[in-house]
Amino acid sequence: MREILAIVFFIAGMVVFLLSVLGIYRLKYVMNRMHAAAMGDTLGLGLIVIGLMMIGQDGFHIAKYVLVILFFWLSSPIASHMIGKVEMLTNKDYDERVHGK
Amino acid sequence: MERKNSFWNKLQAWVNGEEALIHADEFIAKQKPYEQRRHLSPPKVEDIKSNKGLYGFLCVLISLVFIVVMLLVVSELPTFGEANNPANNEVMERYLEDGLKETGATNFVAGMILDYRAFDTFGESNVLFLAVISVLLLLQRDKKNIDAREDKEIAEDEAMDRADHKWILQIGAKYLSPVIILYGIYVILNGHLSPGGGFSGGSIIGGGLILYAAAYGHECVHRFLNIRSFTIISVGCLLTYCACKSYSFFTGANHVGYEIPKGIAGHILSAGFILPLNICVGLIVACTMYGFYALFTKGDI
Repeated sequence: MREILAIVFFIAGMVVFLLSVLGIYRLKYVMNRMHAAAMGDTLGLGLIVIGLMMIGQDGFHIAKYVLVILFFWLSSPIASHMIGKVEMLTNKDYDERVHGK
Repeated sequence: MERKNSFWNKLQAWVNGEEALIHADEFIAKQKPYEQRRHLSPPKVEDIKSNKGLYGFLCVLISLVFIVVMLLVVSELPTFGEANNPANNEVMERYLEDGLKETGATNFVAGMILDYRAFDTFGESNVLFLAVISVLLLLQRDKKNIDAREDKEIAEDEAMDRADHKWILQIGAKYLSPVIILYGIYVILNGHLSPGGGFSGGSIIGGGLILYAAAYGHECVHRFLNIRSFTIISVGCLLTYCACKSYSFFTGANHVGYEIPKGIAGHILSAGFILPLNICVGLIVACTMYGFYALFTKGDI
């Protein structure tokens, strides 16, 4: 039973990653691409790690997976924030591009 | 841009991300082509085009020759996965059967690259060190390689960097970089027991240093890793490696009479010289990673 649930979570995570990769290739602008990439780092990784926790052997295993999620959810938003900040500071046409004025 | 309102077209537009950016097509059409810099004259296209016939002919000819040669070589290769292939020889058997006994490392890869083939790893570490030293010689900003305009530009860049408060990055780096560096140290020290080792652990430590330098400025790293300590660490590690491994030269390949105690396999202090060699390689890799980052962003270590 646990295995079946874990496989369901794996497949859901894979689908999210697939959509995220598709988004990175199909979207045209940095900000839109970041939105797609963040999806894989948060929801996709979260689902896969929940699946891994279900087939984990003991509490120590699960604690390690919690650390993995903690690391990614700390580092990924910071990296996205820096990319967005650089885009905002360096792109002269930022307002035009984002708000369509 | 015309668009039919059918479901398929809407779906296509949604997948292409056209709805997310309302005026995307107009915006892209309005953008001017990138202006070329004045001092760089563009290559003359006519010269290349006049040789088009000969060029195409030669391309096809050379490609065909290479394809034929490669296919002939492939037809000579032994069938994949057969037991009698040259790859399945006594070397692999020896590694798998006697590796634990002879090197004392439970991680066979570490035993292979740092014991059986330690000179190969020594060469790789030398390549890393030479790469960063040659880039340093070319790019370093010393008294001869700087003028007043560049000096002003650097001062402006630094002032801009200081005026830009990176609160979020600084808080993140404050909690993340010690953890990253600690994990790198763990990977290096456990190199002979679990997957990992000098190269991977050194890259992790270098990544932690780069994160720290990006958040708090180069001056913070400069306090403990300047050009002087960089040279001392790199050269010291290479010399230590050389000294640790040169006993194989003097005793012959079989270490006659000068056996290094292997310890109990699986303990942290075991496997002969693999642990110190891992530490040396890790320090060199970490210094090289951070050195390249500092050279390309600031022009100095």
